[in-house]
Amino acid sequence: MKLKDVAEILKGKVVCGSEQIEKEVEFAFSSDLMSDVLTLQKDNVILLTGLANVQALRTAEMSDISCIVFVRNKKVNEDMLKLGKESGIVLIECSCSMFKASGMLFSNGLKPIF
Amino acid sequence: MAMHFEYKIEGGDFTRAGNASSQVKRTLKQLNVDPKVIKRVVVALYEGEVNIVAHAYHGEIHIDIDTEKIKLALIDQGPGIPNIEQAMEMGFSTATPEVREMGFGAGMGLPNIKKNSDKFRIESEVGVGTKLYIEVYINQ
Ligand SMILES: Nc1ncnc2c1ncn2[C@@H]1O[C@H](COP(=O)(O)OP(=O)(O)OP(=O)(O)O)[C@@H](O)[C@H]1O
Ligand SMILES: [Mg+2]
Repeated sequence: MKLKDVAEILKGKVVCGSEQIEKEVEFAFSSDLMSDVLTLQKDNVILLTGLANVQALRTAEMSDISCIVFVRNKKVNEDMLKLGKESGIVLIECSCSMFKASGMLFSNGLKPIF
Repeated sequence: MAMHFEYKIEGGDFTRAGNASSQVKRTLKQLNVDPKVIKRVVVALYEGEVNIVAHAYHGEIHIDIDTEKIKLALIDQGPGIPNIEQAMEMGFSTATPEVREMGFGAGMGLPNIKKNSDKFRIESEVGVGTKLYIEVYINQ
């Protein structure tokens, strides 16, 4: 699935990295706990989270996660936007709950890591 | 090729946690190190950085890179760890509610650092501080 499909399915707004939306992704992981995200070993993963802070971006950066979807209407602030640009991470905001966003992406073919 | 870098870390300063790891990632990329190796190094380093911010007062990170390995030393002044064996257990955490709000505090960091390291050593003295020594080999 392409990142632009992710945004479309979730009726989300791409707030950073729109030049990368043709990129293909295969897996997704949903968590508000960055401790968990940092243990993942798969590549080609997007992160769904309700944790809207700089640490979510740092975690994605270290874990080679190319895109973060912020669920539950959580907004990307200025610091996050700056970091997103610096580290080349695509940021998408959407109003769905974590469950709904995960379910919609799953049923459209995005795979779980485990 | 031999390079040395040093960073200072302030306890409690979550907005800057990850700056050192980010710069190290950039450097390793420029050196064309295998992305899998880079990920192991920066995940371990970031977990260590977050631990200093979350649990200690302040600290220093020393990075040594040569053609064979990447060595990290994280040395902090802080409360220290009374029982290292327990701290190394998956799920053990004394993190405050503030740390948990930041998305951390699941007691997974130290085990994850160990998992990502080829060599790992931890020393700690209560009331003084904690030292982590990590090595990741570049060519396996
Ligand atoms: N640098 C440190 N100084 C003092 N105590 C520490 C330090 N690093 C770890 N600890 C202690 O060891 C425990 C376990 O650390 P670990 O990194 O595994 O988990 P955590 O930091 O609590 O949560 P997580 O890493 O999942 O966010 C901590 O809760 C803390 O009690
Ligand atoms: Mg930790």
